[in-house]
Amino acid sequence: MATDVHGPLTVPAADAVRIDGLTRSFDGRTVIGGLDLTVAPGEFVALLGRSGCGKSTLLRVLAGLDRDFQGTVLVPRRRAVAFQAPRLMPWKRVWRNVLLGLPDRPPRERAVTALAEVGLEHRADAWPKTLSGGEAQRASLARALVREPDLLLLDEPFGALDALTRIRAQRQVAEVWQRRGCAVLLVTHDVEEAVLLADRVLVMDGGVIAHQAPVDLPRPRDVGDPGFTRLRAELLDRLGVGAPAAAATVTIDAA
Amino acid sequence: MTVDHAPPDISGISQQTLSVSADAPDLEPIASAATRRRSLPRGLRRATGPVLLLALWQLFSSTGLLPSNILAAPSAIARTASGLIADGTLPSAMAVSLQRVTIGLAFGAVAGIGLALLSGLSRLGEDLIDTTVHMLRAVPFIGMIPLFIIWLGIGETPKITLIALGVAFPLYLNVHAGIRSVDDQLIEAGASLGLTRWGLIRHVILPGALPGAMTGLRFSLASAWLALVFGETVNADDGIGFLMNQAREFFRTDIIVVCLLIYSFLGIAADLVVRALERLLLQWRPTFTGR
Ligand SMILES: Nc1ncnc2c1ncn2[C@@H]1O[C@H](COP(=O)(O)OP(=O)(O)OP(=O)(O)O)[C@@H](O)[C@H]1O
Ligand SMILES: [Mg+2]
Repeated sequence: MATDVHGPLTVPAADAVRIDGLTRSFDGRTVIGGLDLTVAPGEFVALLGRSGCGKSTLLRVLAGLDRDFQGTVLVPRRRAVAFQAPRLMPWKRVWRNVLLGLPDRPPRERAVTALAEVGLEHRADAWPKTLSGGEAQRASLARALVREPDLLLLDEPFGALDALTRIRAQRQVAEVWQRRGCAVLLVTHDVEEAVLLADRVLVMDGGVIAHQAPVDLPRPRDVGDPGFTRLRAELLDRLGVGAPAAAATVTIDAA
Repeated sequence: MTVDHAPPDISGISQQTLSVSADAPDLEPIASAATRRRSLPRGLRRATGPVLLLALWQLFSSTGLLPSNILAAPSAIARTASGLIADGTLPSAMAVSLQRVTIGLAFGAVAGIGLALLSGLSRLGEDLIDTTVHMLRAVPFIGMIPLFIIWLGIGETPKITLIALGVAFPLYLNVHAGIRSVDDQLIEAGASLGLTRWGLIRHVILPGALPGAMTGLRFSLASAWLALVFGETVNADDGIGFLMNQAREFFRTDIIVVCLLIYSFLGIAADLVVRALERLLLQWRPTFTGR
């Protein structure tokens, strides 16, 4: 039976997300099969998995956008999503996109502040068509962050960003997460990013959470830390990036 | 493993100089837009066609190749036009015709857009309305003039109904198509931002349907003028069509041409208004604008 109950009354205070036996199929092909997951309030969870394994599908279910599933899904009422593609309304200027859907007509300054957090305040009055790929992605991120949600769902939000902007955007997400104390589910392909930001890293495979690893490293984290390196290697291994590939990397480095 | 960084064999290359230069691709400069600037401003360029046509026409008339009982010369037409304007015939006829178009347009727009919203936004509405509209659309509305006269008499009502019909169908089709062309991903994004059903319609679906609506408006304006001409030439005792009909009885080709020109000017003016509206309302659109 498809059940989708949300709201403060039905979510036990102990969890921010509870998924029991979630199954989702497309035309008879099961993409998610009997997935269980609990996320604690304020927990930062990163979700890894190869392309096409169902990460975005899981996110859409959690966002309440896909209701053709079986199983039980409990989520908070205040959720925000940053999609894999920016999905800005082309007919609204950037700042209006950021404020879209917020109650009580918030003032423009609120959008400008949110945009400033991702370094985009100077583009507040631009049309989305004039934004670069990374700018559009940051605007979309600002649109999600400004909602101050209890559950923040991020689908590869830093994919189109250069290294420097990416670090800044990651900090921004971490900052909002710490200030707001919201639960975060971050889908990413970058193992380093996952270990850097998350309390727990999940690996999705075969339609379930195939592996999970708590990240018990003190913050702020250092990529060079031995614990960091070990965890990264373990996760890469779980993702099927085995020894031969690692050896190849070393060879290139040495050349 | 190491990569060989030894310098390549230079003597070998010097022997192959000819073949190397043959392999190199030809380079061509990409002209910057600044160097391609056209000499004429666009407004002027657009006017060249009509002006040339007018000059040719005057030439044929002056040399007698085009007798005035077939088609009056532009100069004669200008004289007639100023006469008609001076004695007030033309302004009052234009006022009557413009009023008809405006009222017909208003009724047609309300009907066309209203039905398109109903059938575009809900499947129930589509099932009830869409087939019916397509069935009615297949009837040529000009062919319904005799029926309108029988049903509605010969006053203003049949003319306005005719115009409204001409307007409603193109608007319906394009607004409906516009609504259905809105990207589902954007609707999903809107829903994830907490928009209500009405919020989605207002902030996502209607703005997304606007390009279609503007196309519909253009088609329906053209159709409105057509309906006006038919309505006024078939039965009317004022308006531009009536003026034209009257002129026919006296073989006044000059007056007929003046009336035709008025129609075409009104049509162009309406098109300019739509263009201005598009520039204003669709500036967000990331589409090709021509070279
Ligand atoms: N609407 C749909 N209809 C049919 N199949 C779908 C649909 N949406 C997703 N799928 C399929 O479900 C699978 C999982 O898709 P999903 O978008 O969740 O992948 P993903 O893990 O997010 O991949 P990526 O990392 O490439 O974004 C894919 O094989 C995809 O083809
Ligand atoms: Mg995805």
